[in-house]
Amino acid sequence: MSATFVGMPAFPDAARSALADSQLRGNLAHATSTIRGKRAQVVGEVSEWEELRLAGAAIKDNTLHHLDEHLLRLERSLTERGATVHWARDAAEACAIVAGIAQQHGVDEVVKVKSMATQEIELNEFLAEQGIAAWETDLAELIVQLGDDLPSHILVPAIHRNRAEIREIFRAKMPGAPDDLTDNPADLAAAARLHLRQKFLSARMAVSGANFAVADTGTLMVVESEGNGRMCLTLPDILVSVVGIEKVVPSWDDLDVFLQLLPRSSTGERMNPYTSTWTGVTPGDGPQEMHVVLLDNGRTRALADEVGRQALRCIRCSACLNVCPVYERTGGHAYGSVYPGPIGAILNPLLRGVGHDKQLDSLPYASSLCGACFEACPVRIDFPEVLVHLRSKVVDAHRGRAERGVRCTLRAERPVRLGRAPKPEAVAMKAASWALRDAGRLGRLERLAGAAGRLLARVLRRSAPGGRRVLGSLPGPGARWTTARDVPAPPTESFREWWQREGGRS
Amino acid sequence: MRAALLVTCINDAVFPDTGKAVVRLLSRLGVDVEFPSGQTCCAQPMVNTGYLDEAVPVVRSFVDAFAGYDAIVAPSGSCAGSVRHQHGIVARRSDDAALAAAVAETSARVYELSEFLVDVLGVDDVGAYFPHAVTYHPTCHSLRMLDVGDRPMRLLRAVRGLRLTELPAAEECCGFGGTFAVKNADTSVAMGADKVRHVRETGAEVLVAGDNSCLMHIGGMLSRQRSGVRVLHLAEVLASTEGR
Amino acid sequence: MSGAREEILASIRTALRDAPPEVEVPRGYRSSPPPADLVALFDERVTDYRATVTRCALVDVVEAIRSALGDAARVVVSGDLPYPVDGALDDDLSASELDAVDAVVTTAAVGIAVTGTIVLDHGPGQGRRALSLVPDRHVCVIRDDQIVAGVPDAIARLDPARPQTWISGPSATSDIELDRVEGVHGPRQLHVVVVRED
Repeated sequence: MSATFVGMPAFPDAARSALADSQLRGNLAHATSTIRGKRAQVVGEVSEWEELRLAGAAIKDNTLHHLDEHLLRLERSLTERGATVHWARDAAEACAIVAGIAQQHGVDEVVKVKSMATQEIELNEFLAEQGIAAWETDLAELIVQLGDDLPSHILVPAIHRNRAEIREIFRAKMPGAPDDLTDNPADLAAAARLHLRQKFLSARMAVSGANFAVADTGTLMVVESEGNGRMCLTLPDILVSVVGIEKVVPSWDDLDVFLQLLPRSSTGERMNPYTSTWTGVTPGDGPQEMHVVLLDNGRTRALADEVGRQALRCIRCSACLNVCPVYERTGGHAYGSVYPGPIGAILNPLLRGVGHDKQLDSLPYASSLCGACFEACPVRIDFPEVLVHLRSKVVDAHRGRAERGVRCTLRAERPVRLGRAPKPEAVAMKAASWALRDAGRLGRLERLAGAAGRLLARVLRRSAPGGRRVLGSLPGPGARWTTARDVPAPPTESFREWWQREGGRS
Repeated sequence: MRAALLVTCINDAVFPDTGKAVVRLLSRLGVDVEFPSGQTCCAQPMVNTGYLDEAVPVVRSFVDAFAGYDAIVAPSGSCAGSVRHQHGIVARRSDDAALAAAVAETSARVYELSEFLVDVLGVDDVGAYFPHAVTYHPTCHSLRMLDVGDRPMRLLRAVRGLRLTELPAAEECCGFGGTFAVKNADTSVAMGADKVRHVRETGAEVLVAGDNSCLMHIGGMLSRQRSGVRVLHLAEVLASTEGR
Repeated sequence: MSGAREEILASIRTALRDAPPEVEVPRGYRSSPPPADLVALFDERVTDYRATVTRCALVDVVEAIRSALGDAARVVVSGDLPYPVDGALDDDLSASELDAVDAVVTTAAVGIAVTGTIVLDHGPGQGRRALSLVPDRHVCVIRDDQIVAGVPDAIARLDPARPQTWISGPSATSDIELDRVEGVHGPRQLHVVVVRED
């Protein structure tokens, strides 16, 4: 796959291109409204939904707050059950571990279960460099892989493609795709079944992620729909699971919360078609050699952020994407990461740090703070709170160090050298802060605006319904407002002046 | 009953008629309205853009201005939400325990207008008359930050002469989002375009909401499109008696 | 990579210096009242996934299985299936050999009414995991006393040490326009036989 997120422009620019693609917007609007309706219906069936959300958040928080202990218990349980546990600080270490296992067994082809962690570390690209072919077996991942495309959604990476586009990708890129392939989803799924069957039957090694890892028992769980996961987890001899360290839950019993929250939030089903659990090696059944790679790759950095660490509760359901009005219009590619949408807007800066990359720094601003994501989140991640917090971290990272008078506590990999010239926005905020800390100053500015308003009332000819005079264009940064929106002219008198004049009588 | 009007900076400077309407409405309902003259802004523009240090003196001036009032009424879900949910964050940033204590005091007494009318005064029918076809946009912060629920609708349904039409996809954000409207202007406008389309589908003459910031955005597009649809703050509808 | 383990654990401990105390997990959901007729609900919810459900008395189970197998010529079962079925026993068949099989008959460990789920823990009668995966038709026989109300009841009954497969309808995908279609890599036909034990 040559497609890459590297070098993506900052969100506003990437969004502008996406917004211009009417096919994309049509596909997204259709898909997200379908899933929103399904989710709302099955969530509405569960009378204790709010309590389940609280329970999910509490379990995850309790686990995260003692993550070291839970990981050590997980390691012990897995080892006792015959699995080999590896630890990887970053993507490079994790990729090297997986490739090393393949090379040790002389394997040059692996089948893959859809996994966000392996996408995050760009495992397929690394394996390809080592001469190892990685076959994505999830239908949407296959569409992305065949189309030399990038994922744009957590659950449905090819959500930006409609059925007609998918048929074209299959016809052009899938060996043995029937010439008379229709764009009926059932036919497209059947073509994928045929295409991957031989791979499943002959694969010696599989790579998976895990939705949950149970510390007490060493049980891993994969939640899926198509059966490609079951194939990968069952038929090969060797199974390597790359698991983010935040995926651990303390006990088996805790899954009774997440197996209710996840399917309903994710695919909008009461239960997803297939869930597999396995606890180490089972003699005579499934892979007889198992490896688990526990992946950090920025998670401990996120954990150190006392407001942001709640993002590590995320169970990758993608409900936040489906309800997000920004995501619905821009699609996932604009976020420049395998984690798009609201969760991407917070997780990427948390995992990778702010202040060193314009694209990352733009993500916390890729939200109108409408809060629909918080409302839908099954583990109650307070997205608006985290977004606003991360915005302050972005701003702080760009302040002169001396100005703040504190030591740099940022944990960015690269030491940050930022331009000292303040942005116009910073100047404006400082000015606003100066004016708004004193009602006298504000009142004087309002009197100036009132004078302008009286002048404009005489010269402006356009008015909005109701009679209010409007301006059709503003200079400077205000021009970004008036591209599509009129703006009311200043009133001839502020409320404050009216109150003083009238003494509060209406 | 005595209440302090938190008029909000945008209403003070750009939409004074909304402030006047709140004064008229509350006075009609027997409330003794005061306007603490030291007030400026809730600091939300700074907080939401990430400028916490700049927000500290503004929040300080806010708590000074509103100290001692039992009820503080704001014709804005967004500003009321900012005070209740964000002033604590700003106070923590200041490392000033006295400010934190003052913030806790004042923020608990801030009500969005429909909350104040329904919960504190206990009225649904404020005696208004507004003989127009209206549709209502429940702004995000009223809906999801403050959880005002159906209070604005209950107030509107009791207005004589008012014909209320349901807004399709009402709960979806209009795309304003404060500085989002200029930092991500294209996305903001795309969201606004859909909101405007839904408003126009209702055939209403007037779009009503509880936040003039959102209405400035939606209304700016409605005006640009020469739609003929007028935008009006909830307070102005509730204050209206149209000559009666 | 032993350095990685120590470094990650150290980073976690540093990150958690200010961690708040544990919070209580609300567990009221575990005692919500069960639906009135579990079997009827299970039937309805399994059917909702476009799986087929047959309910029968124990005396009729063999006939019900035969009917569920329909025209399947090559049938495989685990050696310890408690019902007589005409089919080959799973004699450590390779994946390719399983692929040539039309149908499999298994029992199950637990059924979940609210979600319409059958859970296999690959114990007696259920065979190893590949057995119920590769053949295109899966006939699953479950006793009505194995059906519980919701997910919490199932989790409480199941042994995490055993591999498990939770099955809710036939293989499906929502990957094209988020529209669910049945039939991808797993069995494309799922037939659940619910046996009344009286």
